[in-house]
Amino acid sequence: MKNTSWVLSFPCFETMLSTLQPPRYLSRLPLRGRTKSRPFHILSSAQPVTKTSFAADQSQILSIRDSLLNRHLSAVELTHSYLDRLKQTEPHINCFLHVSDPDKVLKQAQDIDDKIKRNEEVGPLAGVLVAIKDNICTADMPSTGGSYILEGYRPPFDATAVKRLKDLGAIVVGKTNLDEFGMGSTTEASAFKVTANPWDLSRVPGGSSGGSAASVSARQCVVSLGSDTGGSVRQPASFCGVVGLKPTYGRVSRFGLMAYASSLDVIGCFGSSVADTGILLHAISGHDSLDATSSKREVPDFTSQFTSASSLKSRPLEGLRVGLIRETVDAGVDSGVKSAIEGAATHLEQLGCVLKEVSLPSFSLGLPAYYILASSESSSNLSRYDGVRYGNQASSDELNALYEESRAKGFGSEVKMRILMGTYALSAGYYDAYYKRAQQVRTIIRKSFKAALDENDILISPAAPSAAYKIGEKKNDPLAMYAGDIMTVNVNLAGLPALVLPCGFVEGGAVGLPVGLQIIGAAFDEEKLVKVGHIFEQTLEGYNFVPPLITDVGGASA
Amino acid sequence: MASTLFRTIQIHPFLLYPTALFSRRNGVLYCTMKSSQTQTATQEKQQPPKVKVPQHALKKTVDKITRDYEAIIGIETHVQLSTLTKAFCSCPYNYGSQPNTSICPICMGLPGALPVLNSKVIKFAVKLGLALNCKLSLNSKFDRKQYFYPDLPKGYQISQFDIPIATGGYVDLDLPLEFGGGHRKFGITRVHMEEDAGKLLHSGNGDYSQEITSLTSIYSYFSKHTVDLNRAGVPLLEIVSEPDMRTGIEAAEYAAELQRVVRYLGISNGNMQEGSLRCDVNVSIRPVGQSEFGTKVEIKNLNSFSSINRAIDFEISRQALLHSQGQSDQIVQETRLWEEGAQKTVTMRKKEGLSDYRYFPEPDLPEVILTQEYVDSISNSLPELPEAKRRRYEKMGLSMQDVLFLANDMNVAEYFDATLSSGADIKLAANWIMGDIAAYMKNEKLSINDIKLTPQELAELIASIKSGTISGKIGKEILSELLAKGGTVKGLIEEKDLIQIADPVEIGKMIDKVISENPKQLEQYRGGKTKLQGFFAGQVMKLSKGKANPGLLNKILLEKLNGQS
Repeated sequence: MKNTSWVLSFPCFETMLSTLQPPRYLSRLPLRGRTKSRPFHILSSAQPVTKTSFAADQSQILSIRDSLLNRHLSAVELTHSYLDRLKQTEPHINCFLHVSDPDKVLKQAQDIDDKIKRNEEVGPLAGVLVAIKDNICTADMPSTGGSYILEGYRPPFDATAVKRLKDLGAIVVGKTNLDEFGMGSTTEASAFKVTANPWDLSRVPGGSSGGSAASVSARQCVVSLGSDTGGSVRQPASFCGVVGLKPTYGRVSRFGLMAYASSLDVIGCFGSSVADTGILLHAISGHDSLDATSSKREVPDFTSQFTSASSLKSRPLEGLRVGLIRETVDAGVDSGVKSAIEGAATHLEQLGCVLKEVSLPSFSLGLPAYYILASSESSSNLSRYDGVRYGNQASSDELNALYEESRAKGFGSEVKMRILMGTYALSAGYYDAYYKRAQQVRTIIRKSFKAALDENDILISPAAPSAAYKIGEKKNDPLAMYAGDIMTVNVNLAGLPALVLPCGFVEGGAVGLPVGLQIIGAAFDEEKLVKVGHIFEQTLEGYNFVPPLITDVGGASA
Repeated sequence: MASTLFRTIQIHPFLLYPTALFSRRNGVLYCTMKSSQTQTATQEKQQPPKVKVPQHALKKTVDKITRDYEAIIGIETHVQLSTLTKAFCSCPYNYGSQPNTSICPICMGLPGALPVLNSKVIKFAVKLGLALNCKLSLNSKFDRKQYFYPDLPKGYQISQFDIPIATGGYVDLDLPLEFGGGHRKFGITRVHMEEDAGKLLHSGNGDYSQEITSLTSIYSYFSKHTVDLNRAGVPLLEIVSEPDMRTGIEAAEYAAELQRVVRYLGISNGNMQEGSLRCDVNVSIRPVGQSEFGTKVEIKNLNSFSSINRAIDFEISRQALLHSQGQSDQIVQETRLWEEGAQKTVTMRKKEGLSDYRYFPEPDLPEVILTQEYVDSISNSLPELPEAKRRRYEKMGLSMQDVLFLANDMNVAEYFDATLSSGADIKLAANWIMGDIAAYMKNEKLSINDIKLTPQELAELIASIKSGTISGKIGKEILSELLAKGGTVKGLIEEKDLIQIADPVEIGKMIDKVISENPKQLEQYRGGKTKLQGFFAGQVMKLSKGKANPGLLNKILLEKLNGQS
């Protein structure tokens, strides 16, 4: 392919994709002094604007910025390409509960082009199409949380994270599907639709941020926001073969995120590269006066951690202490997943890391503690959906019946089950046995993670015990579904940051199913996660994490 | 049976905060216990016609019965804090605003909205905790109290449960003399921070008379009502007393002292009519000598100190009567409403077991951590509190009646103190303030801050009279001018030429003039009608335009009337 061909063939997104998303077909062994041929090196070498030290072809966001500022591409052209792909793929995967009016989206793109034409400053995310999980409030579009009880509800304000993205020039392309209020691990618990996994349409995308993960995987948007209470960013990232970043609790404002379990909820980021999720996280991080639990810590510039693969030393992670959590590769974990993680561990060793196994004896306690605490908080947080002020209201001639019917009709069964569990756990006489005990377990887990992270720079584990499973497979077996959260819930209980990035495949679907590696860091040390993740990603060779759906649909339309 | 008399089955679930149903009439700021007691005395005579037993007969029996029982009274008080903005958002709160004009996503409980604590709430709580001699928790937290009600937008109230910000204090007070006087000390169990709920409103034709008589009529009520969320999220301090009070007047005085304390601290306007100070009272009785408590009954809808007093006395009588008739099992744990019109308590709702609020720590708010330095700095900035003020006034030699009057209102006390620091005589200053000035404020419906007379000028006025520069009579006259228009005592005296005439020669001349102009009266006087001295004195005073020194005038007048022939 020639350097200029993409401009000429535009808006054929097949070409677009290969331009903006170079596949990682590189050998798994690190090359010493290798010379790699990168198809569009010119783009990055041109970089007159970006002062980052690494190639823009490792980040779609930076690549877009380069293209726009170099006038290689207009925001309108770029937006068209995404909207076209969205239109073609959406009927197959159902990522969105609401797609923004294309005219409005194009108008925003046009405004960016006009500004560039006038040589005015544009924000660092100018022209970046972002999808927002539907439990994150957006002022100009519906925000239902995937629940019938909020059908048609339009919030009067933007969530702080959304506001920050818009302020930086990002364009919101739509609201993505989720398990109702974030309660689920498959996105099947949405009141409105079931989202499919772009790698295999008969499989779930994971959840609860399934729509956000699948939309990035299917390149319907550049990046997306999700939320992670017990793994809702990381598990779908793993299932869909994208990068998912769950920040430290308090790093990102929760203002505008519909609360599920307030002490665990965080807004997280999806991207097709570590760099993109890092840039996205940087954009939404920082103290917010509207969230008393948001941290006042300074947010480091994560992008300073991204170095070009070509400029990497042979063992760029020399001496980094990596702890593989033994309990996460024990029985109950899919053997394919296990070997993918072992491969990833070997890869880290080849990069210079010192790998050792660590044991977290309290690990298995995380799941029951999580389900008690999350359910307890949710039973309280969901009390406001009473039919009195907003959302769907049952017509009833008696107050208690109004509450009962609004909530009986408005909530799905998974939500009701968790409200009931939480109400039970908080009831007089049970509080000490459940809620209080779960809090004690949480303290133990926090301490054991702290100890493990004092001895290791990062901890690694699978993001989920299996790759994506079939739609409907666990729908009637909630315990099996809950068990799938074992890898992720502990991290929420400890409030730590974790990055999930694709590291390999297991058999399944047409071309295999992606497996995600989870990297857990110390509180507020996202910087280290994106640094390690970026190097891992840049040096991982032989894998292409673009799902077949894109090529299928693209081929069909071409 | 008499017992059925009191068992009116009425359910008023919408009257949790019934002050809302009262008009927006501003309470008189200058409100003393004295006036409400007067009210008590008169209103108690107007018992409702519904009571079939002749009132005096009932009262007689009750008086006898109540002697055998002891009442145990505890009070929960909610004080609305006068912060500029609500507890967890930046909405202002102004009593009487149009419904739903002071609301935002946070106090409306919209999805995704989060509370952020107004730090003034903590400051005010610490102030009150210190003023009530409590132990402060340097490490407390907020909890969620969960229940469903249309005026509670989030489905839970942010409150404090197991670790309140202040515990174990007490309040000192002096009972008014007309109730026998005496000093009392009542224990404070705890003070905690929480948020107010909204209130249910009538929409449309303003039918305020509708009664809710059954649960099934709630919806018909509700459908005509909307929820006003202006008050939702307004910060409150809940003060729980120990069950230390024994009579209605003690309870009313406890509430009045809390009002004084919060007003002195400047943390609330303490206005009961506006609902800024709300009292729920728990009453039980037990035979004298018994150590365990009887079944307690909660009374709500108490909108004034006098209604606290009367409601409790009514409730004590009701329970005592049931006891004496062997029907103590009719006293059940319930919430009763005070009906101002009928002057009685009626059942609002029976307690069906303990309600389970499923408290748990509020995850949206960090713990409340106070440093000792912070507490100390607030402690050092506290004003002189009512009890200290009363004790100081008492030591000055003022009577208890004067002490209570002056210390009742912080502004009056400050005025008094300022007058004294300008050199005024203590007793004279007290008399002027409690007499002419108080009367003027009452007539004009003004507070002491509204009057134009400054404490410095009052001191000047008192000094001018004392030194004889002006007469007391002139003093009173120029006082009303100073109250209404301001100005200085010296200026007025000069402007109106009011300096007292104390020159005997000048007074003698005026007397001579009056005597010579009234020969007839002089003849009558000398004929034995000595009462006419007053007539002559009046004429002379008139001639002097009130400026003649009365003592001197009378002395010389008498000499002239009697001496010369």
